Amino acid sequence: MKKSVLRVGASMLVLSLVGVACGGSDDSSADACEGNSKIAFFGALTGEAGNLGINIKKGLDLAVAQHNEANPDAQIDVEAYDSQGDPDQAPALADKAIADACVKGIVGPAFSGESAAVNAKFEEAGLPLITPSATNPDLSKNGWDVFHRALAGDDKQGPGAASRIVADGKMKVGVIDDNSEYGKGLADIVQTSLGDKAVELNSLDPEAADYSAVITAAKDAGVDAVFFGGYYAAAGKLAKQMADAGVTAQFYSGDGTLDVGFIEAAGPAAEGAILTCTCAPKDSNPEFLKAFQDANKGEDPATYAAEAYDAASVFLAAMKDGKTSRGDILKFINSYDAAGVTKQLNWDEAGEVTGSAVYAYEIKDGAIKGIGLIK
Amino acid sequence: MPDWLIIRTFWELTVTGLALGSIYALVALGYTLVYGVLRLINFAHSEIFMVGTFGALLASSQFLSIPLLEDGNYPYRTGMTLIIFLVFIMLIAMLFSGIGAVVLERVAYRPLRGNGDAFGAIVLAFLTAFIVSLVFVDQAKINVIIALLATAPISYAYMRFFKQGRKAPRLAFLISAIGASTAISEAVGVWSKHGRDQYQTPRLLEKKTLFTMFGTDVRIDYAIVIVGALLMMTALTLFVNKTRLGRGVRAVAQDAETSRILGVNVDLIIIVTFALGGVMAGGAAMLFTLVYDQTRFNIGFILGVKSFTAAVLGGIGNLKGALLGGLLLGLVENYGSAIFGGQWKDVIAFVVLLVVLMFRPTGLLGESLGKARV
Amino acid sequence: MSLVLNFWLRVTALFSGFGEQFRAMNKWQRYSAYGLGVVALYLLPYWPDVPVLGQIVNTPGSQFETVLNDQVVIFVLIALGLNVVVGIAGLLDLGYVGFYAVGAYVTAILTSAHGNLPWLLALPIAVVISMLFGLILGTPTLRLRGDYLAIVTLGFGEIIRLTAKNMDWLGASRGISNIKKPPSMFGLKFGVLDAKPYFYLGLTMVFIVIFILHRLEYSRVGRAWVAIREDEDAAELMGVNTFKFKLWAFTIGAGIGGLAGVHYAGKVGFINPDNFPLQLSILFLAAVVLGGSGNMYGAILGGILVAYMPERLRNFSDKRILVFGIVLVLMMVFRPEGILPKRVGNEHKKRRARSQEGEVAS
Repeated sequence: MKKSVLRVGASMLVLSLVGVACGGSDDSSADACEGNSKIAFFGALTGEAGNLGINIKKGLDLAVAQHNEANPDAQIDVEAYDSQGDPDQAPALADKAIADACVKGIVGPAFSGESAAVNAKFEEAGLPLITPSATNPDLSKNGWDVFHRALAGDDKQGPGAASRIVADGKMKVGVIDDNSEYGKGLADIVQTSLGDKAVELNSLDPEAADYSAVITAAKDAGVDAVFFGGYYAAAGKLAKQMADAGVTAQFYSGDGTLDVGFIEAAGPAAEGAILTCTCAPKDSNPEFLKAFQDANKGEDPATYAAEAYDAASVFLAAMKDGKTSRGDILKFINSYDAAGVTKQLNWDEAGEVTGSAVYAYEIKDGAIKGIGLIK
Repeated sequence: MPDWLIIRTFWELTVTGLALGSIYALVALGYTLVYGVLRLINFAHSEIFMVGTFGALLASSQFLSIPLLEDGNYPYRTGMTLIIFLVFIMLIAMLFSGIGAVVLERVAYRPLRGNGDAFGAIVLAFLTAFIVSLVFVDQAKINVIIALLATAPISYAYMRFFKQGRKAPRLAFLISAIGASTAISEAVGVWSKHGRDQYQTPRLLEKKTLFTMFGTDVRIDYAIVIVGALLMMTALTLFVNKTRLGRGVRAVAQDAETSRILGVNVDLIIIVTFALGGVMAGGAAMLFTLVYDQTRFNIGFILGVKSFTAAVLGGIGNLKGALLGGLLLGLVENYGSAIFGGQWKDVIAFVVLLVVLMFRPTGLLGESLGKARV
Repeated sequence: MSLVLNFWLRVTALFSGFGEQFRAMNKWQRYSAYGLGVVALYLLPYWPDVPVLGQIVNTPGSQFETVLNDQVVIFVLIALGLNVVVGIAGLLDLGYVGFYAVGAYVTAILTSAHGNLPWLLALPIAVVISMLFGLILGTPTLRLRGDYLAIVTLGFGEIIRLTAKNMDWLGASRGISNIKKPPSMFGLKFGVLDAKPYFYLGLTMVFIVIFILHRLEYSRVGRAWVAIREDEDAAELMGVNTFKFKLWAFTIGAGIGGLAGVHYAGKVGFINPDNFPLQLSILFLAAVVLGGSGNMYGAILGGILVAYMPERLRNFSDKRILVFGIVLVLMMVFRPEGILPKRVGNEHKKRRARSQEGEVAS
């Protein structure tokens, strides 16, 4: 009877030792990938910010599907790592991607927060990544060789947004943010670029329902424009409550707001709002637009889908060129220079895409309309 | 007077703060009622509120089939139509929340009191079979069919367990409440039409200025919220003080065991208490959608924490305390935001709570649902 | 279904039987059983490679050893600490994430943002500062009754998170990166990719905490805690300075939470305020109560389950939180004391019996 404790303990130990023995043989075969090469999606597919990840994955899926159709004998798989945008969950997923020798490249991580938590891992493992959406300017300052982004960072977008606001003749601009890493970062850049035209109106809590305190402050300051740094759900609530409170200031915001969710949340108050993004309008490349609609039951590509498509096609080009190891693919990307659907794809040392521009969008008749480049 | 933001905008902040505070107060009533009677933090009450907002959404967009926009503008109604519609929406929201609260009590709390009944057993059995079936197959319809088939035998076993009448320690109630709260909001997040996205509710009421006071425009929706909340609270106080059932509530709040001996149907009173809290939350939910036109699966969480804070601030278990705490919290948040900036709003709310509890350990008005006439 | 119930009873009986057997063994048998168990635990990262066992334990969508460290070890440490506060001293703490955050932030500040200390030196400082925070929060609030304490601690957790989020000095919402890693020791290199060394370190921390808590539990302090939890007024009447011992529990719990934060910060190298949401406090509490509050091993089991199951069940990723909620309700309905309930009365009687035996023998 007593012995059974010992017996259980001993068998646990033996089992573990078997594991060590089996595990030991693993290392030699770590580089060998059996089966198809994979391009991984890394970001949120579920959870609060799932929408954005789903857009990205659709772009990636389209690129891979086109490749597989054209190259029946060199099939590529898509592997999704759903981090829910949570920096806590991201490391275990990143390690899994790194341990899978078939994963040759990452489209992602989608958000700046999780990027900060895991990009060092990808760097150490030499696993190349191209993010279609993480726009925090600090990310490219870490000296990561594997890091690339398929669109410009917020340090380009912020001044772009500011110059648009100035060009519109606004003299007193209330700057509000949602106190998130992305929103506050962008709002601070816009505020700096606006100089003395900016009025700091502090942050709001995106989860809260009521923004009357910040709106009262905006009213009191007598602003003729408001720039909001944050995501679409909060932006919609803010725009609507501002209109309800009788604030007539022109509403500006960045790429986090560039989603139909903004129009749904703000209702008629969204009309005339101007949004900026370093991403290209969906109709800038009719060929891509059509392919995307065909693949997704007529649905339009949403924010970042085209950037994800571009990111994936760079990896696919590398594989088509016969590059199989992560190192070779990384070298290929670093010297890549060709036109993508959104822009010329060519990266500098830090991983910033060189040919990038800021686009302005306007909400008109309940839809997002591209209104051209910002100079 | 110095030229500070808070002084320049004092009255405007007051109006909006009172409106939000009224909603806090109505939700706080639910916490306070249940706490007064059961000495239990009904953590899932926040989700009862959330269910109410979805009730309001269904009532307006499905039952009354009002679109979000008509010809690019809000679907405003006027006159009697508006009043009837608003009352109808409020009743549906109250119904949703009220039923939700009662079901919650029967399923997640009553079995823990060693008093589980067939209804609780059946629901719990269904849920058990459902999550076990999820391990094997993940298709909502098949899961439901499997779960329904397995419900009968499992609920039989559960009933036998309930007959033992085992009572759970106090902490278990809180965890059960947390579990129920998570499950309710996630269920809405997973299975409602747009999942975890934000929902818009149709706006029926044109938000015109009703009158101007101290140089500040008071909007009609804010006025309705404040007056509506006060009316509901008066009705509740009358119910608790004047009716037979209300007397039962006070009796059980004072001493459940003695009440039972004296012939009060304690289980019925507990159901009434939950229903009352639910109805108040439903009313709050409708008023909430009236002002903010939106809801989401996780909208209850923060509002619930705030309302609970309000209940404790005023003195939990005390109906007047809930009102005072709610209004005070709404005002403090708004004034605090104007002084320190919006990002410090929640910090200010909690610091005020800490300071109040430091000097008055049972809240501003103390606990009293049972002790004195409320 | 009664079959399932029957099975469940048997499983739990097996566990409680374990305890009985343990106590029945002599010293050497007990030590060797401990030894075997400990070695097996240190080999945990290799379990997925074992033929059948591996299939059962491996996490399908994420790397097993990273889950072991980042989720399981952290949760076990926290469950141990929170168990002192909730389970042993009976104080309902809904803001425990605050201490975890303090530990992580102090490490980050000292090794990266505003200092250049090595991680090893930051560790004791962070633990002491977390304990100080426990003391500062505890002194005014522990005089409050249970339910008020819950909301005040909840507020405290939020105040910590929001302060970190709003102050540039604390990195604001950007967070703090480049936090130093533990130094290489005993041939273990703490790098970026391999999670195993962190797991070994974390597991060692868990054992040290268990050892310290064991010593405490059977000391004067531990007896006072039990007395307070069973009946605070009676304990007070018997001359126990309840306030002092409650404060002790709160402070020690805070220190362990801080330790978990230090380990987390050192492993991930990057923290931001979103790592410490209010929901995490609730999850921590659920872990302790699910496993069995008041029983150290119960709390550990709860920590393991709450941290590991969501990763194991990634197949239905969308619904795992829903399932978690329902499981919590079911657990509380059918086993409200948790999986491994505490056995206060028995334990003490048995110990007394054993010590008397010992006296006779000697």
